[in-house]
Amino acid sequence: MKNQSHMRRYLVDHLATGLSWLAAVLVLVPLLAIFSYLVYRGIGSLDWAFFTQIPKPVGEHGGGMANAIIGSAVILGIGSLIGVPLGIGSGVYLAEYGRGRLGDAVRFTADVLNGIPSIVMGIAVYALIVIRQKHFSAFAGGFALGIMMVPTIARATEEMLLMVPSALREAALGLGIPKWRTTISIALRTASAGIITGIMLAFARVAGETAPLLFTAFGNSFWNMNPNQPTAALPLQIYTYANSPYDEWHRIAWAGALVLVILIVAAVTAVRVVASRGVLKGSH
Amino acid sequence: MSSPIQPVRIKSFVPDAENQSSSGPELVEKHSSLIGSGTGHWADRIFGGAMLLAALSVLAIVLLILTQLYWQSELSIHQFGWKFFTTSNWDPVAGDFGALPFIYGTLVSSFLALLMAAPLGIGVAIFMNEMCPRPLRTPFSYLVELLAAIPSVIYGLWGMFVLVPIMRNYVQPFLAAHFGWTGFFSGPMYGIGMLPASVILAIMVVPFISSITREVMLAVPQPQREAALALGATRWEMLRIGVLRNARIGIMGGIVLALGRALGETMAVTMLIGNRPEIAKSLFAPGYTMASVIANEFSEATDNLYLSALVEIGLALFLVTIVVNILAQGLIWSITRGNTVRAN
Repeated sequence: MKNQSHMRRYLVDHLATGLSWLAAVLVLVPLLAIFSYLVYRGIGSLDWAFFTQIPKPVGEHGGGMANAIIGSAVILGIGSLIGVPLGIGSGVYLAEYGRGRLGDAVRFTADVLNGIPSIVMGIAVYALIVIRQKHFSAFAGGFALGIMMVPTIARATEEMLLMVPSALREAALGLGIPKWRTTISIALRTASAGIITGIMLAFARVAGETAPLLFTAFGNSFWNMNPNQPTAALPLQIYTYANSPYDEWHRIAWAGALVLVILIVAAVTAVRVVASRGVLKGSH
Repeated sequence: MSSPIQPVRIKSFVPDAENQSSSGPELVEKHSSLIGSGTGHWADRIFGGAMLLAALSVLAIVLLILTQLYWQSELSIHQFGWKFFTTSNWDPVAGDFGALPFIYGTLVSSFLALLMAAPLGIGVAIFMNEMCPRPLRTPFSYLVELLAAIPSVIYGLWGMFVLVPIMRNYVQPFLAAHFGWTGFFSGPMYGIGMLPASVILAIMVVPFISSITREVMLAVPQPQREAALALGATRWEMLRIGVLRNARIGIMGGIVLALGRALGETMAVTMLIGNRPEIAKSLFAPGYTMASVIANEFSEATDNLYLSALVEIGLALFLVTIVVNILAQGLIWSITRGNTVRAN
């Protein structure tokens, strides 16, 4: 009797171990399936034309996503100009000043902002900028992506600054260095690797965003260098091409998807390498 | 404690303008580049003010989003009232709008996704924390992280060209043959529809559930495990009694957080769900979600009422995800709080 219950318990134990292995395998299957299929469909179309030409009209062979790649760079650049200073600033406030109620409110709001669906961000920016300007623009798209970067960067900055030993700050303050200088030259500098990691994570997160750009940057089939005009973006172009009925466009969509994923994987990998070496200066 | 020093204490160490002239002017002279020649006081205020402004911008952004959404949807709110959420007519030509089919689609697809993702995510977390051979741990967590980093539009692209044919040719005929009697798996098999949308959503939210579950499992005090093992528990019994039971509220929090993500997920769902405003029992049938109707019809909305109705759906989505996220944060916090308190 005792032996039987013993057996049963060990059987359940093995079953649970097996199920957890199964879960791990089940999660890896779609990941590997997506990556291998992306490479399989995309690699053949990654030619010189893809990076240098703009989309060809329907029925013509060839063409590329050069305008979308540049457009994405412009939109992400505008987004970073908005998101990085605001994010670092709020992170500094939270870590160095934000001990009270206001700090808690900002922390809480940052979490709320982080959870807002990206499509909602898109229509809010549409209402805020596009309706007023009466046209789509890279500015509007960049603004939408920029405010989406703020909470990630703010929380990363706060976390990293709190890891900086307060003895370092006290030493600087003890030398008579003002607080602003201590914060910039001692605290932020020590935490810089970790903060850059946070910025890259935020960047990787918004780089593939499509929904907030649908009604802000809108997309464009031609070259456009004016950030105040509708601008093409890589994820938008992939979406448009994927939904089209033309094989030729599907082919280019896969190539675009491969480029986008390579960029994002590179960013995530770089973040991991930096993080594993220690996020504080002098800690490794 | 890693908290920075209180500003009040700092002041007494920093010589201000009056003190400088009376006490050791030579010393101050020597290090004037560091002190900022007496302007430290001013510069500190400006710097602190700038940081405060940046922090306030976070509050301003959320407030701005809320007010913009409300103003833009006012027309529809006044026209339809609460009826907007309980009727299922969606007729842009007649100017009659009811959001029920979208709410239904969002709830059903998210619920089905969580049904698949929750056991998987918890299983993955247990695997990573307890079962995974040590050398595999880092590569495996890296791969799960990549799963979370893949953009939605690429999940959609892959879903359209790989998942949908698999669904149409293998999964749906199998489900129809064996479970058709339930009524959930019947009707024409298009491939696209509620089922593939839920499956792709499940894949997308697994990393959220597993990372939160890992975190709350780590927050459970080590003596809990040791006590269970000392009583002769097997590894699974130790996990069940010592860890999972203590972490269950936090795990719920992770699942609710994933729900928040699933409710607002747009691109992949739009590309796979079929986009037809219908309430159908069968999961083979096409559906529509709140996020995907906005993505699909926003640029077609020509008259103000149509646009306003779409923004109102966005406003509803915004409010629902906020509530869901607050709930999730509360649940997770109730577990990890004990951890931080002990750490001090």
